[in-house]
Amino acid sequence: MTDRLVPPAFHPADAAAAAARFAAEAPADVSYAVLDSPVGALVAAATPRGLACLSYEDHHGGVDAVLESLAARLSPRILEAPARLDDIRRELDEYFERRRTHFDVRIDWALVSPFGRRVLEATAGIPFGEVSTYGQIAAQAGNPKAARATGNALGGNPMPIVVPCHRVLHTNGRDIGRYTGGVHRKEALLRLEGVLLG
Amino acid sequence: MTQPPFQRFLDAHREDVWRFLVAAVGRDAADDCFQETFMAALRAYPRTRVDNPRAWVLTIAHRKALDHHRARARRPVPVGAVPDVPAPPMADPADDAVWTHVRDLPPKQRAALLLRFAADLSHRDVAAVLGCSEEAARRSAHEGLKRLREELAA
Repeated sequence: MTDRLVPPAFHPADAAAAAARFAAEAPADVSYAVLDSPVGALVAAATPRGLACLSYEDHHGGVDAVLESLAARLSPRILEAPARLDDIRRELDEYFERRRTHFDVRIDWALVSPFGRRVLEATAGIPFGEVSTYGQIAAQAGNPKAARATGNALGGNPMPIVVPCHRVLHTNGRDIGRYTGGVHRKEALLRLEGVLLG
Repeated sequence: MTQPPFQRFLDAHREDVWRFLVAAVGRDAADDCFQETFMAALRAYPRTRVDNPRAWVLTIAHRKALDHHRARARRPVPVGAVPDVPAPPMADPADDAVWTHVRDLPPKQRAALLLRFAADLSHRDVAAVLGCSEEAARRSAHEGLKRLREELAA
């Protein structure tokens, strides 16, 4: 023996398994999972109160960027716990298979301002297969003149698909308007719902 | 500056904590201590960035290992109990033998060797964890190594 000791050998897989057991069971403030979907990978994050965020992974700088943002805005006590996102995963699967036309998961509105929440709740009322306009949503949110603020609230929708901001279009109908995950995704969702053909 | 998401903290330090605990309490107890370490870290996880998160979490692991040793010391040793099942054929790797001996050293020497060589902390960080001077931490590690050499030679 020299003047130092060699640390014990171990299997990295053992450490990884212990960490996964911890993440699955520990009382995190925010639990997340990365979900596959026909419109790309989604980062779903929930608090004990409900789903707080569903982000297009490639549109928000990747998983790490989404988690950093949640750490700053909600809490840094964030853990990957896929089982805690089982409900939203199942509902999204059903939606993309056209077996579900509205979402039942509980929502945590922690990331949304009071006006934003009124906008998003009005948006959540647009039925599957139908569309609305920024002006109509602004009116339903209680301020018909706030079309721009409504557009901003929809652009900042922390849970696209579940709150179907893709169903809100420009009044003139010439183009379908912007979308948090890119216009190609808005088109894909409207096609899925039978609003756009082809 | 906000702390990184806890999952990233766990990813970054899980192997260091696991290695330390395998040395400090053995493979069988490592998982329990690992769960307790990160549970305590999650509860105490601050909003502002800690200077040395690695030393911070290894300090917690050290305390959980101490708890484990104290509980073990209190537990009555079964006399004449013969295990029904033979020991598993897969023995621990050879380098575990040294650490088994380390676990039986006096507390200060044991802690100094574990923190210095299994946790790979500097003598300065070891001193901070143990609440002693850097010189005292060096001396404990030195005395521990000396005693270990004598025991292994015997």
